[in-house]
Amino acid sequence: MTKLRRSMLFVPGNNPGMMSDAHIYGSDALMFDLEDSVTLREKDAARLLVYHALKTIHYGECERVVRVNPLNTPYGKADIEAMVAAGVEVIRLPKTETAQDICDTEAEIMRAEQKYGIPIGQTRMMAAIEGALGVINAYAIATASPRLVAIALGAEDYCANLKTTRSLEGSELQYARGAIVVAARAAGIDCIDTVYSDVNNEEQLIKETQAIKQLGFDGKSVINPRQIKPVHRVFTPTHEEFVKAQRILAASREAEQRGSGVVALDGKMIDRPVVIRAERTLELAYASRTVFEEEEL
Amino acid sequence: MEVSSDMKVTTPASAGTMESGDILIEIEPGEQRTVEVVLKSSVANEFGKQIVATIQRAVEEFGLEYAVINAVDKGALDCTIRARVVAACQRATGEDGFDWGKRA
Repeated sequence: MTKLRRSMLFVPGNNPGMMSDAHIYGSDALMFDLEDSVTLREKDAARLLVYHALKTIHYGECERVVRVNPLNTPYGKADIEAMVAAGVEVIRLPKTETAQDICDTEAEIMRAEQKYGIPIGQTRMMAAIEGALGVINAYAIATASPRLVAIALGAEDYCANLKTTRSLEGSELQYARGAIVVAARAAGIDCIDTVYSDVNNEEQLIKETQAIKQLGFDGKSVINPRQIKPVHRVFTPTHEEFVKAQRILAASREAEQRGSGVVALDGKMIDRPVVIRAERTLELAYASRTVFEEEEL
Repeated sequence: MEVSSDMKVTTPASAGTMESGDILIEIEPGEQRTVEVVLKSSVANEFGKQIVATIQRAVEEFGLEYAVINAVDKGALDCTIRARVVAACQRATGEDGFDWGKRA
């Protein structure tokens, strides 16, 4: 079954009120943040809070991701050690610029796994690309470790680095988004888009999500539970798409049985790429079955 | 962490907030050889004893034998209480060698 990463909800790491019920909103992943949302004097307390929450609270089917501080800060190493010991599923590295950043982080993760008796390789990684150098190195980053499950775009820092600002149409992000999708696909991992920070503008959130889905992204980061459903709706195949995908696969199987490589459905040629897309549609539909059933009602 | 009898509060310290779901823990040096907890909580009647016990156990596990703790609870879960107590203890003692391998 395909692992869904349609939505990843940001949860500030020093806010126990939000951490205790973050999973009830139905996002595919939760990203507890020890980095930018935590002030310098609260880094110690946030690390302890996320550690105790991960060890205690059952977050259901949500993938648990923790964004740690970079290794070149006084907090990075301790963050990684504590989160690996707590059994986190994914360590998210911020501001990734080179493959070496991944290797250095992986070494710390492995050290912690050995120290706490956790199977080597169990802790997965996600890299956030938040600057021009990271975008240039996207493929090297995406292939730097077998632990990597996804790369993600962090647009705020990226725009600052590019000496520009974020716009509604997102022209400033076109190159980075394209580069990140292509790098992720070449590496065989997922790619997750940046946040849309105007919580009150659902219409624009949907537009942006449709645009990044069309580019090839697997999902989007969200900063408010209200953004989860609109994002899921964009990523979940409609009933029509689901039925069409089933018909394509049925026609393809029938052609295979007849020994024919090419088949037509409703007057259109069904070739290999069309079949692959149909398989992906069905995977997504099955993986998001609860949402799909709701939509069918 | 090893229980060390000479661990003591070197400076008054606090951790946590007064926000919903959190607990504010303030630690001061204690004169008696006990951990004294003064709790304010809107659910003190229902859960006061458990909250105080959770705080005391976390302080003892940290290795502090005497301290006065003022706690203002805003509906914190047990895991939040333990995290805030450890953070306050670390700040009050300067000891930050928390054993991440032990049970939470």
